[in-house]
Amino acid sequence: MAPEGSTVNKQRPMKSLVSAVIRFAGDSGDGMQLAGTQFTDTSAIVGNDVATLPDYPAEIRAPAGTVAGVSGFQINFASTDIHTPGDRVNALIAMNPAAFKAHIEDVEQGGIVVVNEDEFEKVNLRKAGYAEGYNPLDDEKYTQRFQVYKVPITRLNAESLKDTGMGSKDIGRCKNMYALGLIYWLYERPLDTTEKYLTDYFAKKKKLPQVAEANIKALRAGFYFGETTEMFASRYHIGKAAVSSGKYRKITGNEAIAIGLVAAGKLCDKQIIFCGYPITPASTILHSLAGMRNYGVKTFQAEDEIAAMAATIGVAYAGQIGVTGTSGPGLCLKSEALNLAIMTELPLIVVNVQRGGPSTGLPTKTEQSDLLQALWGRNGDSPLVVLAPQSPADCFDIAIEAVRIATQHMLPVLILSDGYLANGSEPWRVPSADSLDKFEVKHPTKSEGFHTYTRDDKLARPWAIPGTPELQHRIGGLEKAHITGNVSYDDENHQLMTELRAAKVARVADDVPALEPHGDRSGDLLVLGWGGTYGTITTAVDRARAEGKKVSAAHLRYLNPLPKNLGEVIKRFKKVLIPELNTGQLRIIVRGKFLVDARGLNKVQGKPFLVEEITQAIDLMLENKWGDREFLMPHHQALSLDDQDLNARLAAISQAASHGESEG
Amino acid sequence: MTTATPNAPTSPASHLPVLTAKDFASDQDVRWCPGCGDYAILNQVRKVVAKLGNRKESTVFVSGIGCSSRFPYYMETYGFHSIHGRAPALATGVKIANPDLDVWVVTGDGDGLSIGGNHLIHTLRRNVNLKIMLFNNRIYGLTKGQYSPTSEEGKKTPSSPMGSIDMPLSACSVALASEASFVARAIDVDKDLPNILEQAGQHKGSAFVEIYQDCNVFNHHAFEYATNKDSKEEHLVRLEHGKPMVFGKNKDKGIFLDHRRKPRVVELGKGLTEDDLLVHDMHDESLAYMLSRMSYPEFPEPVGVLYRIADDCYEDLLTKQVTDAIESRGEGTLESLLNSGEVYEVA
Repeated sequence: MAPEGSTVNKQRPMKSLVSAVIRFAGDSGDGMQLAGTQFTDTSAIVGNDVATLPDYPAEIRAPAGTVAGVSGFQINFASTDIHTPGDRVNALIAMNPAAFKAHIEDVEQGGIVVVNEDEFEKVNLRKAGYAEGYNPLDDEKYTQRFQVYKVPITRLNAESLKDTGMGSKDIGRCKNMYALGLIYWLYERPLDTTEKYLTDYFAKKKKLPQVAEANIKALRAGFYFGETTEMFASRYHIGKAAVSSGKYRKITGNEAIAIGLVAAGKLCDKQIIFCGYPITPASTILHSLAGMRNYGVKTFQAEDEIAAMAATIGVAYAGQIGVTGTSGPGLCLKSEALNLAIMTELPLIVVNVQRGGPSTGLPTKTEQSDLLQALWGRNGDSPLVVLAPQSPADCFDIAIEAVRIATQHMLPVLILSDGYLANGSEPWRVPSADSLDKFEVKHPTKSEGFHTYTRDDKLARPWAIPGTPELQHRIGGLEKAHITGNVSYDDENHQLMTELRAAKVARVADDVPALEPHGDRSGDLLVLGWGGTYGTITTAVDRARAEGKKVSAAHLRYLNPLPKNLGEVIKRFKKVLIPELNTGQLRIIVRGKFLVDARGLNKVQGKPFLVEEITQAIDLMLENKWGDREFLMPHHQALSLDDQDLNARLAAISQAASHGESEG
Repeated sequence: MTTATPNAPTSPASHLPVLTAKDFASDQDVRWCPGCGDYAILNQVRKVVAKLGNRKESTVFVSGIGCSSRFPYYMETYGFHSIHGRAPALATGVKIANPDLDVWVVTGDGDGLSIGGNHLIHTLRRNVNLKIMLFNNRIYGLTKGQYSPTSEEGKKTPSSPMGSIDMPLSACSVALASEASFVARAIDVDKDLPNILEQAGQHKGSAFVEIYQDCNVFNHHAFEYATNKDSKEEHLVRLEHGKPMVFGKNKDKGIFLDHRRKPRVVELGKGLTEDDLLVHDMHDESLAYMLSRMSYPEFPEPVGVLYRIADDCYEDLLTKQVTDAIESRGEGTLESLLNSGEVYEVA
């Protein structure tokens, strides 16, 4: 496991752990995302289950050294099956005071904190907003609470690379690999995966062999430092997870969407044409697909979100699989054109990777607050099929399902992913090609009896495509006459067509699998979720069940139409809790549709739920302590029951501010 | 960009019947106001697509919103009456998905230059192989007569009762600034319309044609100067590549470039001959721009092809990237797709 030439210090005790949560944090230019991704890849390859949570600022390079510019990457890796990136951080790697300040409160009591000591000097401390003369590394508040390891990473890294002939700036850029090497030692990881990556990326792709060499050298130096120094009390061993055998790869949600779309194109023998406009956190779907031209994939970077949507409609009209991707503000812009796709009943896919809103909101942070926009955010009665993946790997399945539904039912399908799924990663068991079901896409060729708006048993209209002789027809945004598809302002016809559009979407429910609760079929409490909260809810429910509580979870991947048995499942439970990363959008639907007194746990902090937050909510409901409140929100991680009144909270915040609590 | 001679017209495959304008008329009743300039354009377009040898099934008309955007309903081809301003973007999608289709975009001064200005600019600069006809009637007709981006300053309309304070723009100047590879101007009732449309139809790349169109209900006589039988030749200069810019009913006037390189209207015969006049070169970008700025009443307005060059089309370049990638990396299969990235085995 150790790199070549190292002599493993046999004296150092090795502690076995089931799982560990570590977080790399540094300046946005410090390469923390790379360090985190590499740690994840290595951990996946050694056989751990992994789940990750990248957390980076909206600005590419926010002012260096400030809290605003801190970029973090959290990894939960385990020898058991895990579903979340973890609540409490077991080990924090803080590359500067700002990173320390931004993340220290998330570290567990007694947790490991490795700091780059060199950066904790006057200027950086000031930039991080610490009071003049104060250094948190000297504060007992921290040194007693955590195992703080002060490592002069900047200096040691420079020392190890002094013979490379590189400038000090370039040498400084290898710091992240030095830190990564040290953490690899601490958690007993091999270096080969990262070394291969560095060689492939810098030496082969960028033609910078000296940069590859320097990074590898720094990585090894960091590892050897851990081995040589007596600083660390022990190393940690996290064994292989007992996962079913097969081929795996680590995958992020956006990668899985891209691969799933291309797979769908292969399964129905169609070209995937992605029309998009750059927007965080959806852009990497465009990047992935742009690199897949050899799969026949075409990508079109449009002049704006509206053009991307319109071009997608053009692609669908011409007979290929049109896909567009965006995030909240972009979906607003697309809504008029999306309605054109609904009116013209063309099959296409819209991927909306949700982020914090409203307006520009929190571009790099996750939220689930576009549900109602997806369902209802267009003029007129405008029903739309909406799907939501529940994990990064599930994005692959959802992408295929979306293309299948769109083409079989002749309608647009919207996928509601989110920033957490998009950038988060997990091991994905690679399916074999023949395990994926092919599906046929039909285009009419005979003119006899052809009309634009006839319907089959799914209420789908024929997908006649330009180039087909004798099937010339005109479609558009004006209301269509039933059957002929000619423009119609007839009152009865509009009523019929409105009902048909709704019935057509409703009929997709025939393909939606029945909802199976996780846990018992009935009980005291059902925790109902949708989309990216699956892992956290499942983990919290499993823990509650392990304590003997009569709790089950149900998770929705189909938001419209809903599974046919949802109402029946809900009625089997005494209470319903709906955790969402919004202020209660699914709750509105469930209450309205099923007349059930569902309660909400609603968090809008740009971050996923912590398991403990759901656990607290479950307990409050089971212990009848929830009261008559429709929903609760976690504040500062803990559920606070005594600050219902916003004014009281504001007063408390003002009071805290006037007491000058500047650090910590 | 390189210059080249225009492409040869595509002739219909010999075994297929030759179509006529009538074949391109759909079964829908044409519902423009009686006397609207759109009728004349529709008739000419039907003739031109037949003459160009287009097949009904491989022709697509895409429009936005506005009076002119009803156009696709009246063509017996594939058609898409889309939403306001977005026709160029939707048509781009059609071309990307199937580059073999012959795609025409019908837009207006409001649809193409106001709400859809962005799409027009970017479609032209990409040189997507589309024929874009912008019907310019200098008014919002469908919404009952508000001023448009091409309405003259001071124009009184329901939304500008004290006169418009908006500076109008020139559609051809916009097209040229957008790197269009073909820019022309025509007039609904003018004899040169079919010839200009034919050249647009033959052009490989984005062909932009501004068509002056009379809205006889809300802006009647806006182009009286350019259509009045007795006086129009005094107000139009008909462009011919390689020919001096002579105009006037008696061919007695011309465009002369003065010592400051500014165009000037001169009368021939008083010491000036055709040899002294500006010669039209449709491959000259600067000249085209200068022509696009000439407006009535100071100048006769140019009609014909202002600018034309040969350049690669967007959809062809995109298709080429696909074939190049397949050639260099091998065609991706479902199997190779699933095994891409860092795949590892768990025993």
